[in-house]
Amino acid sequence: MTEMLLQVKGLKKSFGGVIATDDVALDVRLNEVHAIIGPNGAGKTTLISQLFGEQLPDAGSVFFKGKDITKLPIYKRADIGLARSFQVTSVFLDFSVLDNVALAVQAHSGHSFKFWKPASTEIQLRGDAMQALVQVGLDERASSKASELSHGERRQLEIAMALATDPVFLLLDEPMAGMGIEESAFMVGLLKGLKKGRAILLVEHDMNAVFELADRISVLVYGRIIATGTPDEIRENAQVREAYLGEA
Amino acid sequence: MSAQKKAANLDEYLKAPSLFGFGIGRIMTIVLMVLLFILPLIAWYMGNKFYLDFSSRIVCLAIAAVSLNLILGFGGMVSFGHAAFVGIGAYAVGIPSHHGYESAWLHFPLAMIAAAFFALVTGAISLRTKGVYFIMITMAFAQMAYYFFLSLEEYGGDDGMTLWSRSDFGFLNITDKLTFFLLSYALLALCIYLVFRIVNSRFGMVVRGCNSNEARMKSLGYNTYAYRLTAYVISGAMCGLAGALMANLQDFITADTMTWTRSGELMFMVILGGAGSVFGPIFGTGVFLLFEEILSAYTIYWHLPFGVLLILSVLFIKGGVNGLIQRAWKT
Repeated sequence: MTEMLLQVKGLKKSFGGVIATDDVALDVRLNEVHAIIGPNGAGKTTLISQLFGEQLPDAGSVFFKGKDITKLPIYKRADIGLARSFQVTSVFLDFSVLDNVALAVQAHSGHSFKFWKPASTEIQLRGDAMQALVQVGLDERASSKASELSHGERRQLEIAMALATDPVFLLLDEPMAGMGIEESAFMVGLLKGLKKGRAILLVEHDMNAVFELADRISVLVYGRIIATGTPDEIRENAQVREAYLGEA
Repeated sequence: MSAQKKAANLDEYLKAPSLFGFGIGRIMTIVLMVLLFILPLIAWYMGNKFYLDFSSRIVCLAIAAVSLNLILGFGGMVSFGHAAFVGIGAYAVGIPSHHGYESAWLHFPLAMIAAAFFALVTGAISLRTKGVYFIMITMAFAQMAYYFFLSLEEYGGDDGMTLWSRSDFGFLNITDKLTFFLLSYALLALCIYLVFRIVNSRFGMVVRGCNSNEARMKSLGYNTYAYRLTAYVISGAMCGLAGALMANLQDFITADTMTWTRSGELMFMVILGGAGSVFGPIFGTGVFLLFEEILSAYTIYWHLPFGVLLILSVLFIKGGVNGLIQRAWKT
């Protein structure tokens, strides 16, 4: 049995009368990509925002490496090895590409109450940042402003920033969103190389990408997980076909 | 690509930032700093004490504007209560003097510490809010400080208090107008350099990151609150220094320096000149005081054309005068 990194038990969240997360149990293991799929409005975003402390669940717990992190402040989660990319690209638009990633590296190399030495001359910050950019194939654009990047490049930058913190658990929120076919293919190749030594939770609408990348898939419908299994099991699951893939 | 080649390429990404920026920005800033130094000296040489004092006023208020620029321009914290720090700095000179303690080595550190403490307490609360709420709460705290000092009968109340002799530096006699100007100018230069070091340091990158995208900073693992509060305290201390200088320049201390309209003027200086630049706050302060001087000779409604100017600059020129010139140069 491989090591279970993230474990979710009995998670519940409702907004007024709408139940967004309904008794969700979930686990993500080391060296695996666990994908969450589900139609729009299934509660995917609400679920992951609870995993990252942006919203508190009404009931249930989130465990990371066996420790209860349900109420841990957001900024402390990064310290223990959680990182995420955002569905809507969330980078520092007025910074250069390299500065964006360097800021991510800096978050995990000592404190930042250093007031004198220019951050842009720290070899370690810039070096690690460059390495992350090379990994996602964005090193040629290091000096460009983030606002000058294309949509696809910004998605790559997102991944580079998540990688720069050297996370054990990586949450990718629709990394393929808005990408063309070629860009998606590139991203799939990139993500394949990332799961070794990590656990990745992937939320994605692009089914080709999901079935190619995922080791396991959970299907979320109206806040409930109706099935979890390997891609083949999910493909064959009658309940899933009915609820999600739209076949009787 | 090989790892060796990457390592070799890294050097070009390890550039240290330049104090005055690059290109036109650099020329503008240097010209401005030189003018601000030379013109008062010429005025002094011609025996025109008024313009020497007027320049000292620009320099002192520029320190306040530079301190506001640190949090407003770089940190995105729109403080509408910065005049409170000026006032606290001024009273840190006036109150000890009133009791017979006239050493500048007491006044100036006290001004900075008192302002920093006020920043720490009010910032700790204000920084829990965002946007308009932050603007309003900083203004409310400044108004509280204003009414507090207004109610101190012992220290002049609403009549203000006269500073009978200026802070005593020992070897420096700042009663001499030229000496005072030179000291103020040196302190302004120091503050500009400090802010430059700060905004480019690790700490500064974090504060600027919070301005750009605070949610992202949190998810990267930064305790954004602690960093923003620290910046707020540094800015407050620096502004307290400006207040101590202002008290000595005017030989008079009044709570009126702390009203919200004064805070508004400071914001105006920073935004008109160009927030987040070295050039902006200094230029903005100079222009504001010049306009005030010239327009108020013609009309008591001199704020009116000023208001129009502010609206126009906010609506049509992004990045203030600094941004305008930068763009004009590029095209």
